[in-house]
Amino acid sequence: MRAFARTHPVWAGLVAIVIAVLLWMIFAIWPDALSDRIGSKKIFLNALFNGITLGGLYFLVASGFTLIFGLMRNVNLAHGSLYLLGGYIGFFVADITGYWLIAFPVAFVVVGFLGVLMQVFVFRRIEGQDLRQTLVTIGISIVMADLMMWSFGGDFFNISPPSWLSGPMETFFVTGVKRSSGELIFMKYPMVRLVIFAASVVVGVGMWLALNKTRIGMLIRAGVDDRDMLSATGARIEWVFVGVFAFGAGLAGVAGVVGGTFQSVAPGEDIRFLLASLVVVIVGGMGSIPGAALGALLIGLAEQFGSVYFPTYAVVLTFLIMVVVLAFRPQGLMGKA
Amino acid sequence: MTNTDLPLTAKPATAPEAQGRMRGWLARVPAAYWVVGVLLLVLPAFASNFVMFQIMGWTFILGMIALSLMFLAGYGGMVSLVQMTIAGIAGYMVAIFGDSAVASISMGWPWWVTVPLALLIAMLFATAVGWLAVRTEGIYTIMITLAVAAAFFYFVRQNYDLFNGFSGFNSVLPPMLFGIDWRGPEAFYYMTLFWAVLSYSAVLYISRAPFGLALQGVRDNPRRMAALGYNVTAHRVAAYALAAIPAGLGGILLTWQSAQISPGTAGIQPAIDILVIAVIGGLGHPIGAFIGALLYVLLKTFAVDVLVALGLGGERFQLLIGMGFLLIVFFSPDGLLGLWQRLKDSRRRDSLTGQDRRSE
Repeated sequence: MRAFARTHPVWAGLVAIVIAVLLWMIFAIWPDALSDRIGSKKIFLNALFNGITLGGLYFLVASGFTLIFGLMRNVNLAHGSLYLLGGYIGFFVADITGYWLIAFPVAFVVVGFLGVLMQVFVFRRIEGQDLRQTLVTIGISIVMADLMMWSFGGDFFNISPPSWLSGPMETFFVTGVKRSSGELIFMKYPMVRLVIFAASVVVGVGMWLALNKTRIGMLIRAGVDDRDMLSATGARIEWVFVGVFAFGAGLAGVAGVVGGTFQSVAPGEDIRFLLASLVVVIVGGMGSIPGAALGALLIGLAEQFGSVYFPTYAVVLTFLIMVVVLAFRPQGLMGKA
Repeated sequence: MTNTDLPLTAKPATAPEAQGRMRGWLARVPAAYWVVGVLLLVLPAFASNFVMFQIMGWTFILGMIALSLMFLAGYGGMVSLVQMTIAGIAGYMVAIFGDSAVASISMGWPWWVTVPLALLIAMLFATAVGWLAVRTEGIYTIMITLAVAAAFFYFVRQNYDLFNGFSGFNSVLPPMLFGIDWRGPEAFYYMTLFWAVLSYSAVLYISRAPFGLALQGVRDNPRRMAALGYNVTAHRVAAYALAAIPAGLGGILLTWQSAQISPGTAGIQPAIDILVIAVIGGLGHPIGAFIGALLYVLLKTFAVDVLVALGLGGERFQLLIGMGFLLIVFFSPDGLLGLWQRLKDSRRRDSLTGQDRRSE
């Protein structure tokens, strides 16, 4: 960070100013002039929280995608379908057993197993042929989308969180002051979103630790840097591949359960989340977990702030970010040049 | 991906006399082209209006859009999912500058202004996207163009001032030129045939022209081409701009055929369909785009009946398309034409010695 500040003083200064303004906007009680100009602080804080929690969901989807791409150069355009399948599995498991928490391991295992099948029967056969892999996964996603439409229909499913998680939670962020008594009003926010966001942070930190501090993580990082050299040293790279693929796919399945609780599970969500993870990894940098986190946060915030402050062009804003990043930093914000 | 099977190789003319050159050129066109050409020309004599307007017209239109993808992918090595969006932009421009039922937006300019203008805007857009996409390579290009296509879809769906949002434009009709109704089945058939043949010949010509050869060089080894003094980026961006012409023409014809354009015309699903068409036919062959389009249109039109006859329900069409696509890309990366080529080669080869039978 200090090196960055030394080499790019202007950028570092700008970033510091933006962070300072944001912190002031989050913690201060807004003067009336500001509320009149851009709406009440409650709207702003809600958009901020929605954006950050949506970023957590995007991170769960995109980190599996970026991990698989980073290690194996496999572009899995069926990732959105895995997400959607996870959502459906989560809904039915939670509906039948009545336990929301059981949905997560079941979705992880089932979708992860599907990922193993894909790796063994599809990707291993067309190793190193980027275009064919892309086309085959597009084919798989078309077939999966229609099979899911066939078995689950076109209805919306909502996974309802358990009672101890539903309902709002009082936070310590001040949204305003009561005119009559001068009491501070605190913001209320859905508890389940905060808990899920915390969980995705835990997953992210866990992944980072596993990648950077463990032996398996060392193997994976070595594989990302030079696959051939790693296999030449005798590491069982095939097993690493299968494991990473299973983990990435399982993460997409878990994200499906989360997405079904946040929003809903329905046909078409697969393409939406595939696009979201594409944009996230393009912005953040292919194959980089911190990049995926940064990209997910940026895209989530852009989407939510966009839909509050410029409702017509909210979706376009995310793509605008992508275009700007591509124009100035084609390898992504955290990508290696 | 060599293109040795292309019939119009740019050999220098053998006879100095113009007539002789013409005859030599005609003689080099293979017999299959004559058969297909005559068949297409006399088709209206025995085909029904539905076949002419809906099946053949749609085939030519989708073929042209897929041809633009094939040009980029086969000769430039850049698989772009944005071609349907370029077609959509040309269609939208014709609706916005020309006539439509949405009188508050459409400007009602004459066709000889709107059509070139629409193509020009489509080309400008394609150049901009190309400039963005060529900063990356391979699969990144697919992802970026997919993202641009999605952005365009969402943008036009939300924008009501210029693109009339969700409902788009209807009653966008071709001009009444020479007193002919160009939406009549025969007239429309010949119009689409004309533009499809023109685009096809143009792609064949360009693939053998210096620009096309340089582009194929860039596809095969960009570093060497750069070392030889070619501007790699400029060639790639120019390929995007050129590929916008058949795509834009296809988009305009598509708008006229269905007499409407809406965000769904240029959505994500159609963008992927165009890729499916080009890949099924064979990404390395210009004619593959039209073969793929014919197959797609036939499937899309008749698969429902077949599926119902098999007791599967008509809505499983996507499954059929997806399975077919999956099988083809899994077993033959060069599409149906690649399969055909392989079959021909294996038939020609002697099963005992493995040598070419014809060479003896």
